[in-house]
Amino acid sequence: MEQPILEMKSITKEFPGVKALDDVTFSVAKGEIHCLVGENGAGKSTLVKVLSGVHPYGTYSGEIFINGEPQKFSGIRDSENAGIAIIYQELALVPELSVYDNIFLGNEITNGLTIDSYETIKQAADILKKVGLDVNPETKVKTLGVGKQQLIEIAKALKKDVKILILDEPTAALNETDSDNLLELIKGLKKQGVTCILISHKLREVLAVADTITVLRDGKTICTLDNREHQVRESTLIRHMVGRSIDNVFPKRKKIEIGEEVLRLENWSAYSPALGRQILKDININVHAGEIVGIAGLMGSGRTELAKSIFGNPDRYHVSGKIFIKGKEQKFRNPHDAIISQLAYVTEDRKGNGLILIQDVKTNITLSNLREITERGIINENEEIVVANNYKESLNIKTPSIEQKVLNLSGGNQQKVSLGKWLFVKPGVMILDEPTRGIDVGAKYEIYTIMNSLVERGMSIIMISSELPEILGMSDRVYVMSGGQIKGELTGEEATQEKIMEIAVEY
Amino acid sequence: MSDEKSDPAKPNIFSEVLSLLSANFSQYFMFIALIVIMLIFTIATDGGFISSRNISNLLNQMGYIAVLAVGMTLIIVIRHIDLSVGYLAGFLGAFAAIAMTSWGLPVYVVIPVVLILGALSGLLTSLPIAKLGVPAFVSTMAAGLIFRGALLLVTMGTGTIIIRDPIFNAIGNGFIPDIPDFGFLDDRHKVTLIIGVIAIIFSIISAIRSRRKKISYNFEVSSPSMFILQMILTSAIIGYVVWLLSGYNGLSWSLVIVLIVVALFTFITTKTPLGRHIYAVGGNPEAAELSGISVARITQLVFAFMGVLSALSGILYASRLQSATTTAGLGFETDAIAAAFVGGVSAAGGVGTIIGSFIGALVMMSLTSGMNLMGIDISIQYIVRGAVLVGAVIVDRATRKGR
Repeated sequence: MEQPILEMKSITKEFPGVKALDDVTFSVAKGEIHCLVGENGAGKSTLVKVLSGVHPYGTYSGEIFINGEPQKFSGIRDSENAGIAIIYQELALVPELSVYDNIFLGNEITNGLTIDSYETIKQAADILKKVGLDVNPETKVKTLGVGKQQLIEIAKALKKDVKILILDEPTAALNETDSDNLLELIKGLKKQGVTCILISHKLREVLAVADTITVLRDGKTICTLDNREHQVRESTLIRHMVGRSIDNVFPKRKKIEIGEEVLRLENWSAYSPALGRQILKDININVHAGEIVGIAGLMGSGRTELAKSIFGNPDRYHVSGKIFIKGKEQKFRNPHDAIISQLAYVTEDRKGNGLILIQDVKTNITLSNLREITERGIINENEEIVVANNYKESLNIKTPSIEQKVLNLSGGNQQKVSLGKWLFVKPGVMILDEPTRGIDVGAKYEIYTIMNSLVERGMSIIMISSELPEILGMSDRVYVMSGGQIKGELTGEEATQEKIMEIAVEY
Repeated sequence: MSDEKSDPAKPNIFSEVLSLLSANFSQYFMFIALIVIMLIFTIATDGGFISSRNISNLLNQMGYIAVLAVGMTLIIVIRHIDLSVGYLAGFLGAFAAIAMTSWGLPVYVVIPVVLILGALSGLLTSLPIAKLGVPAFVSTMAAGLIFRGALLLVTMGTGTIIIRDPIFNAIGNGFIPDIPDFGFLDDRHKVTLIIGVIAIIFSIISAIRSRRKKISYNFEVSSPSMFILQMILTSAIIGYVVWLLSGYNGLSWSLVIVLIVVALFTFITTKTPLGRHIYAVGGNPEAAELSGISVARITQLVFAFMGVLSALSGILYASRLQSATTTAGLGFETDAIAAAFVGGVSAAGGVGTIIGSFIGALVMMSLTSGMNLMGIDISIQYIVRGAVLVGAVIVDRATRKGR
């Protein structure tokens, strides 16, 4: 057998109190696409950090070989020099700078003193062609969508002499089209001889592109599967990841009567002064008690904007149209008004605008409904602990204590804190924006179960999601958005991935 | 940590103290730093620093900075800064002086009017910040220039205005009255001692109450010996400070005001929904807004608080000098910001306590007082204070990072 390009042998990495990696062995053949999968906390990120020198040599035990040569990285510089490039989930681009400036940031081409713009732009254009991105290199990065920004990140990596490209959840923020483009690009890079290590939660794409799949669980290598003939099945993968067989990714829901209409939008439109364009146009939707309504659509189709415009319009769009809550017209001046009308909005971006990361679990849970635990103007902190502990129990939030800062929790548990926070306002309609983004299979299942139990109790859920299986598996009804409009409505029975995509790409 | 090995079977009081200290190091660091600084000065001045007279002076001098530091804490917690507070204090001090001396208004009218003016000024300064997103740095710097101009304008004809109102002047210089001597502790200020005893009893009762409440909820509480140790420590600190003060005129009105302000704002920040909202806005403004909190309203309110406290600072300062001068307020904002940062407020927002900033003000004032006693030149004093400021922030960052 040919010598592997990368070999990590018996890697063990401990943090105070936890063994993040326990005797992990990981071997990547030259020119393959090797996918690394596992639940959150399985050790994927730690493994990548060891490989990239973020955790320098000496802080872990075990050996790293590249082309058979032992490596002792003391920092990212060393691993970059060895031909390793990592693209993280959070993009590291400077929005105000142009595409070419970003690509050559830190490696500027100069003619002695000043930046040689002509040469830079020329080279940038070449690299952009390589990643199949058709944009003017002089465009400012902030004007581009996430998908294109992701490609610029890759272009930036390719500018250096990359042998091993590591992508950490590259498609998490991308819509189907952009994801497909990216995966095609990775396959193209493979043909050019670049070895790719892909970390992803999206098992379908893993199965579609991977030559080899390594599963990590609880800091250990569970197995390495050959997928060159696409013979690995999703259920097999899931079984290895969670150590148990999930027969059905979506929990069954009791059949319940759909109740009265609880929310209706009539001719709802919005204009964003910041963007200078119409973002929502003539939207008419309704939601009934005990119903999960899915909102599908590509990135940029206006789904989050729709949610925010309903939820008190914090971004100050100019909106027109009418909202009816339980048949009565309401005008929300701010999110507070929406909360009073029993609306809740679990945001897409937990870290950005969902939770207060530097505060603890209990403070986050009670924030939107402090009134409930306040007596004569004073917060009853003991009552607060009781409330928070209740949600910790009922939502199975895995945290050593409710005094733990939210930033120390995993994505899935942060999402449960978000859910707890919004359940505590006792809403009638809950808008969940990408409720399972970036969280592992086990936690996803738990969140689906929670959603089912909520609608069984008569609550209504509007679920915005980019994952079509989730939309299909959970929704009673699906609205498909495109270009700020509702382009179609499908019942749970008639909806298929193909039908939804057909509508979503319609412009 | 190391003592855990000695007897792992039963946790002793010593290990409980250590684990509490290490878990909350950044919280206790300021207390420890303060005690170290005081010890150093006490040794360097042969006990002169810790004398009743010096401690009393120190606490009275710091009043006008301490109240500003309280307001500045909230401002920095919500990720802003207020550079206008010094001149606002100076201007409102002068306004109070003119209102009493030139217009002949009585002191009990002047003080509330000045406080309200302070609130309005703070609110006005905050409008561009809260409504239009103008950076606080710019808006408050502009406001500071305007207040400075206003101060010069009102003192133009007169220059320094001497204040002759005895009640007003007592705020910064007077002490609380005492009962007549009756042959016991005649060299001490008895009312101060009585207040001290009441404070100790009150702190013990409220601690026991909160512990009982916790037990009734079945929550974990510290061990009884640890609890008693904490009680003894708190009582000892209150007792010692009160004992010191009672040896020299007792509690000053200025200290009483500062303590009330610190207590009031500690209550607001830790016990009320408003406090939670302030820290939520500081921790993550977008999340706060989506949680139903109006960031604009919280911003305006915090700046209004700052305005009131600036007015109070101006009153304390003018009263202490018994006059309003054309340069009053110069550099107050720097001292207040330094006190807040030394006290553990984070520039990134969302973190910082009122008590911390009060201790920070005490640290900075102790440095000034101690170095003055030692006869250290003002030039060196500035350098030392600068070094302590940056050192405190470095230690704070380093100890927080790991958690």
